[in-house]
Amino acid sequence: MNFGFTEEQELLRSEVRKFLDASCPLEQVRKITEEAGGAGFSREHWQHIADLGWLGLAIPELHGGAGLGWVDLVVVLEETGRSLFPSPLVSNTLAAHAIRRFGSAKQQSRWLPSLGNGSRIGTVALLEEDGLPSPDGVRLAGRSAGKQLTLTGEKWLVGDAAAADLIVVAFRKGKSKELGLAVVERGTPGLAARDLPGIDLTKRLGRLELDRVKIPRDAVLPKGNAAAIQHLFDVGALAVTAEAVGAAEAALQLTSAYAKQRIQFKHPIGTFQGVKHPLAEMYVDVQSVQSLVYYAAWCVDHGKKELPLAVSRAKAYASEALPRLGIDTIQLHGGIGYTWEYDAHLYLKRVKWLRPAFGDADWHYERVAALGGL
Amino acid sequence: MDFDFTPEDEAFRAEVRDFIKKYLPKKGRPEELAEWQRQARAKRYVGFSWPEEVGGGGGTLSQQVILKEELARVKAPALGTCFMGLAWVGPSIIEYGSEEQKQKFIPDILDGKYQWCTGYSEPGSGSDLAALSTRAVRDGDDYVVNGQKIWTSIAMWSKWIILLVRTEASESKHEGITCLLVEMDSPGITVRPIKNMAGGSVFAEVFFDNVRVPVANRLGEEGQGWKVTVSALAHERSSIAEVAGLQRTLDEVRALARKSKKNGRSAAADPGVRARVARADVRIEAMRLNGLRFLTRQLRGEHVGPETSVNKLQRAKLEVELGELALEIEGGIGVLDREAAPENGKWQRMALSWPEVVIGGGTPNIQKNIIAERILGLPKDP
Repeated sequence: MNFGFTEEQELLRSEVRKFLDASCPLEQVRKITEEAGGAGFSREHWQHIADLGWLGLAIPELHGGAGLGWVDLVVVLEETGRSLFPSPLVSNTLAAHAIRRFGSAKQQSRWLPSLGNGSRIGTVALLEEDGLPSPDGVRLAGRSAGKQLTLTGEKWLVGDAAAADLIVVAFRKGKSKELGLAVVERGTPGLAARDLPGIDLTKRLGRLELDRVKIPRDAVLPKGNAAAIQHLFDVGALAVTAEAVGAAEAALQLTSAYAKQRIQFKHPIGTFQGVKHPLAEMYVDVQSVQSLVYYAAWCVDHGKKELPLAVSRAKAYASEALPRLGIDTIQLHGGIGYTWEYDAHLYLKRVKWLRPAFGDADWHYERVAALGGL
Repeated sequence: MDFDFTPEDEAFRAEVRDFIKKYLPKKGRPEELAEWQRQARAKRYVGFSWPEEVGGGGGTLSQQVILKEELARVKAPALGTCFMGLAWVGPSIIEYGSEEQKQKFIPDILDGKYQWCTGYSEPGSGSDLAALSTRAVRDGDDYVVNGQKIWTSIAMWSKWIILLVRTEASESKHEGITCLLVEMDSPGITVRPIKNMAGGSVFAEVFFDNVRVPVANRLGEEGQGWKVTVSALAHERSSIAEVAGLQRTLDEVRALARKSKKNGRSAAADPGVRARVARADVRIEAMRLNGLRFLTRQLRGEHVGPETSVNKLQRAKLEVELGELALEIEGGIGVLDREAAPENGKWQRMALSWPEVVIGGGTPNIQKNIIAERILGLPKDP
């Protein structure tokens, strides 16, 4: 019985922490993300974290990665979340995961090394306009014509759409119920990708238009069916929740520190129960979401059938509690928390960004109810 | 990460299962229950976490968890009958008691010969326990005790009480408190049961009027009482038993929802009911996993203290919520009681008896103070 991290994982955490503290403190995050017309992340950082092995963490050693799993990824994601590190790390991780899980050996050799070494950026395109976070929401049409597949449709809220070189696209074969996953490369004729302005400047979401995009049949992942798409929604929810709980913990630390030094009525405001009790509740929520996230990650690594339930529990709790935590972060700070200059709002925006991503609290609670036999 | 137990631990689990198969009371007859207790005692499952030299089981942390897990799985009766003796009186005696006290009390607690009750709270000191004012004045070989305790569960059925008294007025409230073990039939003790809002009488007021207590019945040194009541015995902190209880209650709420109608349709199809059931499910699972994280830290030899308030807070909310949810699922008839209500008023009772656990072990607000002050390092309350 050991529901904790190994020494290696703790070491990984402190190395990630060290790099982010040194290379991308919040002033740097602001500089990168507030730049008009900028990419929203630093290419230099991207190459650096590739060299540090973060991009290939869960890519098999055969393809140049470290061959680790989601528990290790969660360690990294909690830390990048804590730093609000702007990068396509989650998107890239999901694309690599899709190709590794559902692609052929040949496809893995073709794409995984470049996703692990930072030379190409990946993402997944699952959601469509109605926002249904499940395979049922996939309408984008894929029509076979000889050795080619023609994709037509739109994808919404695609992570890092503009930056992505390889996009794993979910599609529906003709009018059938059969679903698939295809890898579309940047620059393919008929493909248009653009990022959209968002409330959280540290996260990029965009829109993808596919107008009779022709891709070779060998770009279709052989194991990419409805269950595969569902699985990607699940690990996507896990990844963004891991990041968000890291951000939430940072918000809690920021607010606790402020409550210790801000004097009102001749006492640090943290003396008053009106301040200390919300902080205690934030702590309860952070600890609880962490536990749920760690367990879900373990379920991915061990192929547990319980994964959908474990993920939905984590995401439901996080989507409900963390935005509240963000709001309390602002309120407990008072006026200073409302300013652009102070950092509190950066965390609020991240936890608000989390709320609908890969299914909101309502969606996941309903799934928990159904999986629980109700 | 690894949720498996060692082969040794699994062998222990097999042993426990075997025991359960043999002795678990099937029809709830008194002689079956008595046999269950006798066999549990013989197996040293009663006081399982206690050291072997005092008659306990010397169970390791993981064995403690396994035992509780297996018992919860089959809804087995408690091991041992002296609830407070096993929960905290015994551990305090083991840690601070004289050889004589250990020999006098520990076997009786393990055998469940009689009940213990706990005299901590007073009318003027509830959450602020250290403000207690029941006085004990030394007079020769006795202490003379005067004062009043309140919320003393099962005082009317107990033979002994573990009592906190003030032996010295002190600047620091935690000093000058002493722990005494007092026989309930001592002259000068009066017990007055209190009726709770569910209509039952489980707790009482206890009055002390010049009660003489031999100095030999002092537990620990004079003035050491505060420390004495906070046992450091290695109990596992996984909250596994509480989690199992909540899971069972939630299963029963689900069953209730399936057979109830709410606003003209199955309550199980009502989106509000579904969301609340799921919300409770998620929080119970969070408790389970939080508990496993605490246990892991204990197994690594780390101290786990204030963190357990996280699960106490989660549990407090769940105990209230599940009772409320059940009544809302029942709809209009949820306000009826006893034989007129579904399941003979079981949910009405639950919805009116949560304070026992929610307030009993320290109110939620006190738990929040513990987290804020001892984990987050915020300044102490005045």
